[in-house]
Amino acid sequence: MRSSRKSSVLFTLAAWCAALLVAFPLLWALLASFKTELEAVAVPPSLVWFDWTLENYRAVLSGSDYGAALRNSVLIAGGSSALALGLAIPAAWAMAFAPTARTRGTLLWMLSTKMLPPVGALIPIFLFYRDTGLLDTHLGVILLLAAGNLPIAAWMLYANFREVPAEILEAARMDGASLWQEVAVVLAPMALPGLASTFFLVFTLAWNESFWSLNVTSTDAAPLTAFIAAWSSPQGLFWARLSAASMLAIAPVLVIGWFCQRQLVRGLTFGAVK
Amino acid sequence: MSAPRRSRAYLAMRGRLLVAPAVILLLAASLFPLFSTLRYSVIDYRLLASGPHRFVALANYGRLFAAPGFLPALWNTLGLIGMVLAISIGAGLGLALLLERAVIGRGLLRLLVISPFFVMPPVAALLWKNLLMQPVSGLFGWLSALLGAAPLDWFAAAPLTAIALIAAWQWTPFACLILLTSLQSFDREQREAAELDGAGAFAVFRWLVLPHLARPIAIVVMMETIFLLSLFAEIFVTTGGGQASSNLAFLVYSQVMFQYDIGAASAAGIVAVLFANLVAFFLVRAVGRSLDA
Repeated sequence: MRSSRKSSVLFTLAAWCAALLVAFPLLWALLASFKTELEAVAVPPSLVWFDWTLENYRAVLSGSDYGAALRNSVLIAGGSSALALGLAIPAAWAMAFAPTARTRGTLLWMLSTKMLPPVGALIPIFLFYRDTGLLDTHLGVILLLAAGNLPIAAWMLYANFREVPAEILEAARMDGASLWQEVAVVLAPMALPGLASTFFLVFTLAWNESFWSLNVTSTDAAPLTAFIAAWSSPQGLFWARLSAASMLAIAPVLVIGWFCQRQLVRGLTFGAVK
Repeated sequence: MSAPRRSRAYLAMRGRLLVAPAVILLLAASLFPLFSTLRYSVIDYRLLASGPHRFVALANYGRLFAAPGFLPALWNTLGLIGMVLAISIGAGLGLALLLERAVIGRGLLRLLVISPFFVMPPVAALLWKNLLMQPVSGLFGWLSALLGAAPLDWFAAAPLTAIALIAAWQWTPFACLILLTSLQSFDREQREAAELDGAGAFAVFRWLVLPHLARPIAIVVMMETIFLLSLFAEIFVTTGGGQASSNLAFLVYSQVMFQYDIGAASAAGIVAVLFANLVAFFLVRAVGRSLDA
């Protein structure tokens, strides 16, 4: 008994050290975001004893690019998630409650579209967007990200709906509930946690998506991924300010991600790991 | 009113109508680009040249394979995926084993570990490149100086490894979380029975835990491979390409942006698609099995 208690203390200590090491680059950048540019590049680096400043955040927030990029990120991630869910909800609903012989094949086909790497689709999409004026528009990115996340949303919702006992819906129907009442009054409250976590996971993936968002936007629709990528130019190497901009760019989805991390496993493994 | 609603034909019809919009968007976003890429890869198509796009059979593939950047890009793609898989699964498994045994602050531990997964790739790459890997003022340089070693200029000396480290940092949480979920469903009674029979910790891990983790590990391998095939932003913001660090995704991008050669770029895209399908074949089979279960 004593030795097992001792070993769990050791394991806990080791786990904390390892977890802090994993999160260290983020904590380090968080620290740098409060330094002056001079302190941010100082060798040896200062840990706590520096003049803490909010100047970097002020500088990033007062720049016009950040506001525009944030707006684009919210529009693109929000719009694509809404579209993905808007299409996935009816599809998952039908497949879960009125399965046919083709349901399994449809589900697997949806999953298989995820296997087309974006790089295999880049050229036709780019040319098509160039010719139809969809390049550098919100709608253009929204369509791509919605299509990319639709299989994940459909699978998560399908698994979620399947957990709602069909008898309850049956009973509601027997009691004379219309289809609309069945969905809005009976199904929705039960499926709401699943809907919310699906939306948030898809939103997070869309927020961070960095292949399409860098390739089909330039200025008007450029989201935060493009805003940050622009800091890679040599003249933009202000580390403290880069750190502050980075923290601002990742904060919203980091918080959302913390809340839906458990659903993440199911969503990204298509239910194969429980 | 209610009788036809419940009839089987009506339900099937309604089901098709409800699934159709999702299927149509997915068809448009997958089959259209796939077949277009296939078509572009066998015609002579350059952005700056006018005239008809002649059918050239496999000439684009020939030009692509002969291009000096192609073989390195192919190897870089494989190298990146291999390194990221090895690091993320190794570290993820270690972390998962630790987290499973930890007793204090498990929720907070999970938050710390999962965080890198939610960091957008350009942020991850730029923070690592500047704050950690920069040889003069970066933290790694200072640490190696403390140890008496010469600081390594990561992106000059080992750009591919540097990019792999950054991507591995992002994917380790994913592997860890999936393996942890799977570990938690591991049958405790089975382990205790084995321990009673005198099995050591290593034997339990090797013969009970590892086989239990085989399927989740396979799924991590396949999901990461699909995502890593299109790894782009990390290269875009750090090295900006070049033979030492371009993968197939970056090659396609630079063939279009700098060579205006749609034909050869499409051929490279098809190579990536073929590779993805090889991996996907196994993923769909594994997931299909879980549907039956």
